[in-house]
Amino acid sequence: MNAQPQSATPTKPARSSNIPWAALPFLIIVIAMVLLAIAAPLVAPVDPNTQNLLARLKAPGTVSRGVTYILGSDELGRDVLSRLIYGARISLFVAFSSVLLSGTLGSILGMIAAFYRGWVEIVIMRLVDIVLSVPAILFAIITVAVMGPGLVNVVIVLALTRWPRYARVAYGQTLSVANMPYVRLSHFMGASWLRLLGRHVLPNIAGSLAVVATLEFGLMVLFEAGLSFLGLGVQPPTASWGAMLSTGRNYVATAWWIATFPGLALFLLVLSINLIGDHVRDRLDPKAR
Amino acid sequence: MTGPVLDVSDLSVSIRGNTVVDGVSLAIGAGEILSLVGESGCGKSMTAFAVMGLLPKVAKIDRGRVELGGSDLVSISEERRRLLRGAELAMIFQEPIASLNPLMPIGRQIEESLIIHRGVSSREAKSAAIDMLAEVGIPEPQLRYRQYPFELSGGMCQRAMIAMALICRPKLLIADEPTTALDVTIQAQILELMKRLRDETGTAILLITHDMGVVADMADRVAVMYSGRIVEEAPVETIFASQRHPYTRLLLSTIPRLDGQAKTELPVIEGTVPDIGAWPAGCRFNPRCPVAGDKCLTELPALAPRPDTGRAACWHSDRVEALV
Repeated sequence: MNAQPQSATPTKPARSSNIPWAALPFLIIVIAMVLLAIAAPLVAPVDPNTQNLLARLKAPGTVSRGVTYILGSDELGRDVLSRLIYGARISLFVAFSSVLLSGTLGSILGMIAAFYRGWVEIVIMRLVDIVLSVPAILFAIITVAVMGPGLVNVVIVLALTRWPRYARVAYGQTLSVANMPYVRLSHFMGASWLRLLGRHVLPNIAGSLAVVATLEFGLMVLFEAGLSFLGLGVQPPTASWGAMLSTGRNYVATAWWIATFPGLALFLLVLSINLIGDHVRDRLDPKAR
Repeated sequence: MTGPVLDVSDLSVSIRGNTVVDGVSLAIGAGEILSLVGESGCGKSMTAFAVMGLLPKVAKIDRGRVELGGSDLVSISEERRRLLRGAELAMIFQEPIASLNPLMPIGRQIEESLIIHRGVSSREAKSAAIDMLAEVGIPEPQLRYRQYPFELSGGMCQRAMIAMALICRPKLLIADEPTTALDVTIQAQILELMKRLRDETGTAILLITHDMGVVADMADRVAVMYSGRIVEEAPVETIFASQRHPYTRLLLSTIPRLDGQAKTELPVIEGTVPDIGAWPAGCRFNPRCPVAGDKCLTELPALAPRPDTGRAACWHSDRVEALV
């Protein structure tokens, strides 16, 4: 008789979920990293590119000529902590700008494909298939070989290889949203296609795209590190976590701190962003509710 | 009196070669409510979409003219048609809640066509939208302007949709089953609202429905469609009083009456609507018609004037009154 007294009462939906407790520590980590990157010149103990050949490969905590190498020094006597802080700038800049570029490009193309159908749809979605079938690293190597290495080129390569992810999601979501009566009604009221997509379709698919973007962000950090590791990304002496890993690899047996700390930083950033992404997906995906 | 607001003449629409609307002609004057009735698949919605210039891609207009205020909507460019939609013609339909963007405040959606078509500033648009909300009988329009569709009831959403449709003062409003999703109390309120706004603005209304109760309440004139053709058309009192087409007669006889016997079975029209593309030769109603003769099997009757007023398309219209 009174089998389900709890569910029968119309309780107010729990508002505690407004504070994302589960994702909060990771949010703090990411925000801290962003702040450190922005304030790098203020917080870094020393200049990241100043060499001190007398203090090469010093272990963490070593004090040499008045400078404390908290996380040790690298093969040229540069402070690992300072390079780590400056390296965050590169990682976050590349990840942010490539997500922004590829997200914009992919979302627009996906929406257009779903909205116009016909040959536009065929051209765009087959292009998506083609780009997805080309290995990103191979494409990156070819592009960098042609255009030369560098930060801007890395961003361009990432934008050009990652947009199909967004295009597919935007395409699928737009297909369902475009048939909603409110989009039809707005069309009936004489709205132009630009207004339909921008004011009615985009806001309703933005949640799904945000989920893709957060997950892609972590991947972009790794891609930048990978390209810099291969020597295709940021060029010395600019500090980047990938480049630090790459040089630190040669000294792993004798100076473990050079490769370990950038590796840890990468791990922590990508893990945090992925967990935040999972959380965002749980919040925004109606099916996961 | 000027000419009709909407003048459709000899309109034919086909989908992949199969005719779905066959030579439909109808005219609506300013401030008039014409009700288009018929079963599902008789072509009444397709007629409305053809008027709006919003036929699905597989459908095309084979012949005919759709004149709105003197210009032919069939021959003008898509861009000019888009500029007419919302300004000169507007549409409302069922599913009022789903017809509003869940992520946009109500007021924003109401003022949208004003911004598109009249290019007014956002402050003017806002005050017009608030006025319009008050006009369609939504209390606290200032508050409702900022609210989202989920904060409104179904009836209020339908009122908001009517506000959207009428904010540019269109000449013609097409209402496709506007009250189907609403309960009868709200339904009566919405119909009352539509009539009041018609009186105030002089907007002509093409009301598409299969609810004869709504027709009796709202329409000035009724056009009955069957298998892509108008089979009878007359003022509402005339058509409820006497019918000159057996389909109309049978259709009206199937309506349950409040003063009827409780246990009697409702009459049904035997048979089913013929499939599109498989229409019978002659009069398309002949397989289901109790008065069909030899001529009905071979020759398609055209609309001819009824003896009183209106038109009917039946070879044996004099025998219809004796039915049922």
